[in-house]
Amino acid sequence: MARVLVLFAHPALEKSRVNRRLLKALPKLPGLTFHDLYEHCPSFHLNVAYEQELLTNHDTIIMQHPLYWYSVPPLLKQWMDLVLEHGWAYGLRGEALRGKQVFQIITVGGPASSYMHEGFQKHTLRDFLLPIEQTARLCRMDYLAPYVIYGTHRLNEDDLVREAVAYRRLLEWVHNNQLPFDGSATQSYATMNEAMSTLAPEVLV
Amino acid sequence: MNGSLLFQAFIYLAAAVIAVPIAKRLGLGSVLGYLLAGVVIGPFMLGLVGQEGEDVMHFAEFGVVMMLFVVGLELEPSLLWRLRQPILGLGGLQVLVTSLVFAGLGIVVGLTWQEAVAIGMTLSLSSTAIVLQSLAERGLLKTEGGQSAFAVLLFQDIAVIPMLALFPLLAAGGSAAAEHHDEGHASTTLIASLPPWAQTLAVIGAVAAIIVFGRFLVRPALSAIAQTRLREIFTAAALLLVIGIALLMSAVGLSPALGTFLAGVVLANSEYRHELESDIDPFKGLLLGLFFIAVGASIDFGLLFAQPLLIVGLVVAIIAVKFAILFGLARSFRLSMDQSALVAFSLPQVGEFAFVLFSFARQEGVLTAALTDPLVAAVALSMALTPLLLVINERFVQPRFGTRKAEARPADAIDEENAVLIVGFGSFGATVGRLLKANNIRTTVLDIDSDRVDLLRKLGLKVYYGDASRYDLLASAGAGHAKILVIALDTPEKTMALVHTAKKHFPHLTIYARAFDWNDAQDLVRAGAHHVYRESVDTALRMGAEVMQTMGFRAYQARRATQTFLHHDEQSMHELVAHRDDQAAYLTNARRRIADLEQLLLADLADADLDRDAGWDPDSLREEVRQQAGLSA
Repeated sequence: MARVLVLFAHPALEKSRVNRRLLKALPKLPGLTFHDLYEHCPSFHLNVAYEQELLTNHDTIIMQHPLYWYSVPPLLKQWMDLVLEHGWAYGLRGEALRGKQVFQIITVGGPASSYMHEGFQKHTLRDFLLPIEQTARLCRMDYLAPYVIYGTHRLNEDDLVREAVAYRRLLEWVHNNQLPFDGSATQSYATMNEAMSTLAPEVLV
Repeated sequence: MNGSLLFQAFIYLAAAVIAVPIAKRLGLGSVLGYLLAGVVIGPFMLGLVGQEGEDVMHFAEFGVVMMLFVVGLELEPSLLWRLRQPILGLGGLQVLVTSLVFAGLGIVVGLTWQEAVAIGMTLSLSSTAIVLQSLAERGLLKTEGGQSAFAVLLFQDIAVIPMLALFPLLAAGGSAAAEHHDEGHASTTLIASLPPWAQTLAVIGAVAAIIVFGRFLVRPALSAIAQTRLREIFTAAALLLVIGIALLMSAVGLSPALGTFLAGVVLANSEYRHELESDIDPFKGLLLGLFFIAVGASIDFGLLFAQPLLIVGLVVAIIAVKFAILFGLARSFRLSMDQSALVAFSLPQVGEFAFVLFSFARQEGVLTAALTDPLVAAVALSMALTPLLLVINERFVQPRFGTRKAEARPADAIDEENAVLIVGFGSFGATVGRLLKANNIRTTVLDIDSDRVDLLRKLGLKVYYGDASRYDLLASAGAGHAKILVIALDTPEKTMALVHTAKKHFPHLTIYARAFDWNDAQDLVRAGAHHVYRESVDTALRMGAEVMQTMGFRAYQARRATQTFLHHDEQSMHELVAHRDDQAAYLTNARRRIADLEQLLLADLADADLDRDAGWDPDSLREEVRQQAGLSA
């Protein structure tokens, strides 16, 4: 049983369509902590000691957020700046996060096809996420390919229902320590969704 | 005389004080408690009260008048308009069908058609006093069934007027008004001697006068009285208003209850509605109680034992017929099974107007005492049975429909109770209120400053006048349904009083309280306020931050510093509460403040790490890089 921390960052959840539905499907499990950054800390004044304690007490860290300008929402960046301290998270003596699994759950407006070298965005999504990936690596964490919901503007009611079910199953699997791969296994995949459909098709609905 | 009056008051009050709490404890409701108290002290059991019971009842009927005033106050005209269909449709059909059925039954048992019609009309009425009190007590008034029952009662109250007008026409011999011992009722009106057209004109004039005066004269008058800030004068004015209208209505031959109801509706939009309601409420409650006791005492057990079969048969027949008609009509008006059952179980008794109508009919020579005496006994018994029927409905019938959950649902469309109650609308409360309003959160505001109430009302805000630390005013402002109580009063004492009242009577409310300094903030926390805001803190910190900026700090650093400080300050406050628990309470307030300040400053020194944010501080990283590169620090 993994202790899972969902680090959720959304500055306007009340306007969200997809994330709100996902959160409704969030399973209530012992050891699964949902940490709503914008709700917890609207002034951006993070309590570093508290945030670090949360990280210490969990094995798997999931950063859930919409993709804003190819990156994370500002509070999540502020969180990275302030919480991942030198000498704690990285540096010679920074061992606090060693070996923890980390991955992102990202909602993306554009379709998957645009995030290709020959596509509209000229780069893959993993290209855009390199800063996060390298941050995780510097903190000696195991970074897995991101779980991505593409084309959020075009999702209809049926799609939303399907995505919510898939989200719930994903969290349950992570919580049960049942992800059958680590970061290096997902390295060659664009998304965790793809990795799962190849490596663990039984997880998918 | 004085002594006997006091003795009577003693008997009535003692009976009420003993019987009502017992009945409440047994889950029977206060009305049944009063009725039983009446039976016990009445001529049949202890005989402590006797013949004067009937006079007491006439006096106590004024409680019904007051009750309708209060009911009117809670009914805004728009709501009344929305209820027009149940009032005219359900109410009208109920009176018509029930009258016809009883009249038909009367003819079958051999009465003349005039007698049968008079009895039918009288029996069609239900008891406003008992039903409204019982439903309100059970919180059922706002349900669909409760609203329908109310609509029927309202129509019946209106229907009494044409009935009173019809009875003289039914008098076979036309022996008009043989004996006028029933003073104070419609039979003796000032305008009786006028020609019919003038009478009609007087009636219309009186109704118009109530509406016009209520709208244009009463409000400014109440405003002027409120400015004196003498509560008893306001109470006096409220009583004066009700009694005045009752007199006016009696003078033109209309039901006083109907007149005060109308006045209540006219004033329902006024800012003094809550204040009027809470001033009239205790009088209403006591008089109604007295009325119920009088009904209990007037039950003629002698007659019951002389002709048990006749009386019991009458009661059963009356209740069964009315029940069946009510249930059928409610169903045909598309009420659900459970709500129809509620309507049928609440209204099958015969009302207090029956006493009036029967005695009036006897005077007019329509009915004889031989007919009315057993009927009066049956009416009283049917009234006494109502609370029992409601208990049966509640315990045995409603559970079958599985509707208890549905009833617990917060009342919505009909009664728009706001979730947030703001008490005190000075600059502090006004800022809170404006922020909430700007974000579409509906609030009910209570304020004691009548000038401000006037001003805010002109600006279109919903503001009510009154001292919110009074339980009754809080209750009528909807504290029972609200979720949040925002206290923004000007003094610690008033704030404390309100917290105590709210904690005692409305423990479900989440209390947000304005505090002034350390001392009373802590007192408020101890008294149970959930969120306490020292009014100076945020402003002082903002000022401090700007001083920091002027002294060369960057704006964002200053802002972060205030937030860190606020966090630290709040933590210190909670520690201080614990610290003060050890400290003896013998310190004076001034000594205490110095001790608090000392404690705070010490805590500031101890927490030297107030400026943290090491993530933006590259010192340790730089040191490590230089070490690795073999450079000296």
